[in-house]
Amino acid sequence: MKDIKAKILSNEKTRYVYYKMVLDAPYIARSAKPGQFVEIKCSDSFEPLLRRPFSIHRVKGKGSRVKEIEILYEVVGKGTDVLSKKQKGESFDILGPLGNGFVLPRAHAPNLEPRAIIISGGIGAAPLVFLAEELTKKKIKTIVLIGAKTKKLILCEKDFKKFTSEVYVSTDDGTYGCKGFVSKLFHNILKTTESNFETVVYVCGPHGMLKCIAQICEERNFECQVSLEENMACGIGACLGCVVKTKTGNKLACKDGPVFDSKEIIW
Amino acid sequence: MTGLGVKIGKISLKNPVMAASGTFGYAKEFEKLVNLKHIGGIITKTITLNPRAGNPMPRICETAAGMLNAIGLQNEGFDNFIKEKLPYLSKIGTPVIVSISGNNIDEFFILAKRLDKIKSISGIELNISCPNIKCEGLVAHDAKETYEVVKAVRKITGKTIITKLSPNVTDIVKIAKAAENAGSDAVSLVNTFLGMAIDIETRKPKLGNITGGLSGPCIKPIALRMVYDVSRNIDIPVIGIGGIMSASDAVEFMIAGASTIQIGTANFIEPDVCGKIIKGIEEYLRKHKIENIEELIGSFNDKR
Ligand SMILES: Cc1cc2nc3c(=O)[nH]c(=O)nc-3n(C[C@H](O)[C@H](O)[C@H](O)COP(=O)(O)OP(=O)(O)OC[C@H]3O[C@@H](n4cnc5c(N)ncnc54)[C@H](O)[C@@H]3O)c2cc1C
Ligand SMILES: Cc1cc2nc3c(=O)[nH]c(=O)nc-3n(C[C@H](O)[C@H](O)[C@H](O)COP(=O)(O)O)c2cc1C
Ligand code: FES
Repeated sequence: MKDIKAKILSNEKTRYVYYKMVLDAPYIARSAKPGQFVEIKCSDSFEPLLRRPFSIHRVKGKGSRVKEIEILYEVVGKGTDVLSKKQKGESFDILGPLGNGFVLPRAHAPNLEPRAIIISGGIGAAPLVFLAEELTKKKIKTIVLIGAKTKKLILCEKDFKKFTSEVYVSTDDGTYGCKGFVSKLFHNILKTTESNFETVVYVCGPHGMLKCIAQICEERNFECQVSLEENMACGIGACLGCVVKTKTGNKLACKDGPVFDSKEIIW
Repeated sequence: MTGLGVKIGKISLKNPVMAASGTFGYAKEFEKLVNLKHIGGIITKTITLNPRAGNPMPRICETAAGMLNAIGLQNEGFDNFIKEKLPYLSKIGTPVIVSISGNNIDEFFILAKRLDKIKSISGIELNISCPNIKCEGLVAHDAKETYEVVKAVRKITGKTIITKLSPNVTDIVKIAKAAENAGSDAVSLVNTFLGMAIDIETRKPKLGNITGGLSGPCIKPIALRMVYDVSRNIDIPVIGIGGIMSASDAVEFMIAGASTIQIGTANFIEPDVCGKIIKGIEEYLRKHKIENIEELIGSFNDKR
């Protein structure tokens, strides 16, 4: 973990209220794991005052030339609005990589091949593309399910498709892909795919969706890793502002998380 | 080399910049980001005798040039502090001041008694002013209770005692005097201002606890005025806290009468802010040809 000055290499609207920013941050790019995040000091003034947390969406470059990180963000308030107006060439302080990140499937039972199912809701796609890349690098069978309210809010379908052919989409209003919540799509996928796999589910999105997916996984006895969001101040475990209630007591989303085993969470 | 050293009770600080309780964890959280040896002093997150789970989420929310927090003194209790936190703190080489709180005088007394035996602890800060715990009323809201808590702790320890005052009172000078009369070595002020924020769409409070403590740059002028008032009316050192973000803020507090200062919220925004402020104060002293920082303390010029 380091606090570094990073230069903006590009900052562009991808669609609707979603933006992508590429930052020159070699240290963070080289040490980052999927699921980890950075704290960005959006402004030098007191508005906004606190840093804002963003997942590491992609790490770019090869081998020793890895030096860029990409952030995918949704404009929802003061901080993200300031970010969206930043120009190429400007720089700011970013602290990272922070948090624990996802755990890739480990040694598995004999005769059982591991399989990852990534489930993304809305801006929850941000940390999952990096994860899909790492999983497929390790030749782990990966299925991606993307949920969005409506067609124009679908994120990263193309990015995921670069890594796996099994990408399925659902929209709440049925304007694209399967109609309904992504949990319904998840049920359907489980029905139609063979089950001689050891399945690990990775999920990031709105709280209600996480809870619902966690429940399905519990019923099926799948391991399920959820990435949680809480208001943060420090990002390093000092302020105790980002507490998550778990079966083994209070945990910190910034330090013990943001990725948790869904069975640990008191929903 | 300009003299940055200051004394608070029996503690010699190499510079007047300390990290405020609750904003610096137990120091280890910052080890990769800050040269902990360079800081004047470290006040640890308030501990209580028994573990406290703290308040419901959300616990923090940003406000204009500030933040509200309602952590609720979450901590693992005294025994865990000694076992898990103290060994690291003891090795740093910077004075460690342990912040304590209790539900009653007895708890303050027991904690102080136990801490008194530990060599590597330089002092005790009495947090009688956290606005985020629900009890009958804060000690720091009442001069008599403040006197009694400080007196009880004074009886049991020769270590430096700093009494941390609440700004949520009508006359902070009166409370400061009570702490002084009871034998406190210094007072630190201010703790956070009680405040709240509401989401107008849902009409729900933005904090799980409804109300919380306001900190950050927005409180600075009020904190400064309180430090000014208190330091002119008591003889023990005053430690200035409240919205200090830069070396000029720190210098301003010292001119108003603070002997040292504590940095709170700024640690979240710039982890190495203490280091930056120490450097900035040095530059200020050099620029103004001040040889010893003591000359700065209370050097307020009231002639217009
Ligand atoms: C570990 C972690 C990783 C994150 N990764 C990403 C990411 O990759 N991309 C991304 O876009 N966001 C991400 N977020 C969320 C992001 O941090 C917030 O959206 C951001 O802090 C909002 O700041 P703001 O100043 O724009 O909004 P504020 O001014 O703070 O809030 C404005 C409004 O937005 C609402 N709001 C605040 N936070 C959120 C939120 N998380 N979701 C929805 N509404 C919110 C507030 O309730 C308020 O009404 C992440 C959060 C965490 C904790
Ligand atoms: C998240 C948070 C937690 C805090 N916890 C404590 C605490 O445990 N004990 C204490 O005495 N003060 C606590 N404080 C108060 C600070 O030490 C300080 O008095 C206050 O924040 C004002 O200074 P600032 O404006 O520089 O932050 C806390 C403040 C914040 C923001
Ligand atoms: S954000 Fe401060 S402890 Fe997690």
